[in-house]
Amino acid sequence: MSAVDQVTAALDRIKRLDPQLKCILRTQDAAAPIKSGDGLLQGVPIAIKDNICTHDGITTCGSKMLANYRSPYDAHVVERLRAAGAVIVAKTNCDEFAMGSSTEHSAFFPTRNPWNPECVPGGTSGGSAAAVAARLVPYALGSDTGGSVRQPAALCGVCGLKPTYGRVSRYGLVAHASSLDQIGPIATDVRGIARMLQVIAGHDPRDSTSAHEPVPDYLAALDQSTGKLCIGVPREYFGDGLDPEIRRAVEAAIETYKSLGATIREVSLPHSKYTIACYYIISTAEASSNLARFDGVRYGHRTANPRDYIDVYSSSRAEGFGPEVKRRIMLGTYALSSGYYDAYYSKALKVRTLIKRDFNEAFSQCDILLSPTSPTPAFKIGEKSDDPLAMYLADIYTTSISLAGIPAISIPCGLTASRLPIGLQLMATHFGEVRLLQAAHQYQSATAFHTATPPVCAE
Amino acid sequence: MPAPIDESQVRHIAHLARIKLTDAEVAAFGAQFANILKHFETLSEVNTDGVEPTAHPLPITNVLRDDEPVEPIGVEAALANAPARETPYFKVPKVLDQETA
Repeated sequence: MSAVDQVTAALDRIKRLDPQLKCILRTQDAAAPIKSGDGLLQGVPIAIKDNICTHDGITTCGSKMLANYRSPYDAHVVERLRAAGAVIVAKTNCDEFAMGSSTEHSAFFPTRNPWNPECVPGGTSGGSAAAVAARLVPYALGSDTGGSVRQPAALCGVCGLKPTYGRVSRYGLVAHASSLDQIGPIATDVRGIARMLQVIAGHDPRDSTSAHEPVPDYLAALDQSTGKLCIGVPREYFGDGLDPEIRRAVEAAIETYKSLGATIREVSLPHSKYTIACYYIISTAEASSNLARFDGVRYGHRTANPRDYIDVYSSSRAEGFGPEVKRRIMLGTYALSSGYYDAYYSKALKVRTLIKRDFNEAFSQCDILLSPTSPTPAFKIGEKSDDPLAMYLADIYTTSISLAGIPAISIPCGLTASRLPIGLQLMATHFGEVRLLQAAHQYQSATAFHTATPPVCAE
Repeated sequence: MPAPIDESQVRHIAHLARIKLTDAEVAAFGAQFANILKHFETLSEVNTDGVEPTAHPLPITNVLRDDEPVEPIGVEAALANAPARETPYFKVPKVLDQETA
């Protein structure tokens, strides 16, 4: 297919299927001429999560606060994609300011899971994952603070990578929790992930946390031998609360790796039970600071008739933010406030050190760690909306990786009896993306789970 | 660990965070926070004596660049998203009143 045809096909598919899925907040102006060239993504239509800035059109972060916000610049990753010939065809729905696990916290509408429209697609990059699952676009970008690329990828039956912290510049990603945020690609297979990572990885002086590490040839590495893999299985990730169908699918994946010659070793991440508390204290503290910028003065929503200048802040934020964002800003404010700082924030930073050490210890015994991505398959829309803690606890297997800053990928490893996708999570050491992608590709070379398409694709 | 929070504390935090809450929000958040903070308090079980805090996953420090001027974004672009403006300024209500001015 020519570049023009690919973009037209994507836009046609969005027009035909998205009214029932609601992955897309808006399509980008397709009138821009499609250049010819030999970029790695020449003419490839790509969808971008709406918390990543694009200079054309609006960037809302799924929030009423930024309902009309027009970014004056492209994010670094968007610049890179365009330079590689990609065409940004759509901005995707997400939980407001990337806070949630279901895309139900979007201020606009919930997105539906392409495998079952009564279920959530996961979150917060639910629109991006669902768009790739429904084959609206071949690739999409999401952002992952505590699992927001991996968990929706798992729940929608596609691949999603959270690169190492610092691997991809966050310039132009609206900040949520700066010591955790990473941008990551979503695709139907590992080759697609490698192709996208190849384009977006690398140093950018505009993000001071961006790493100077050289960017290997990820695509070429896929076809090289992984050598003999040693895979660690953290026993704490198979405890109470893990859905039995997911357990069986992940255990079957372990058998597949054994048959491919991998050595399997049980390992321990002893501080796992403290992950959710540690993650939510740190991420809300950082969010309370990052979101202070939404003050109704320079951009974003401003209340109509402020009583005084303080009211510009308080009423604009009351009107512009949804409940989950208010909840997190306030939790973070509390954790940082005088009298509570030591018990919550300072304590969480120390526990983070212990969680990191757990990973160092585990990786001294193996190359790759393997676990489920999510303890449950996609849940029903509305099922957890009144219980924020229940929603937080669903992030049990993904948040620890973010705290440690290591890379992890979720790949499909089966379907439940009710035909909902199951995700397998693989983790590697800092900047170990080559090993990680090789291990994931090896699995996909031996299995066909990633080729299953949701019922909506038959329409 | 501190005791779970009551409504006056919810109002205090909301004030610090500059978010105006309705009475219904105060009640709902109060109940949810009690639940969430109870979970947060499980961290008190962990012995962290002598453990250094991790603020950041990578061992990076301050990043400096050469002090070379770059083209600024420009007044028009900077003000383009302003809810209220009086070129070349962002417009806000009076910060100081007559008596304190």
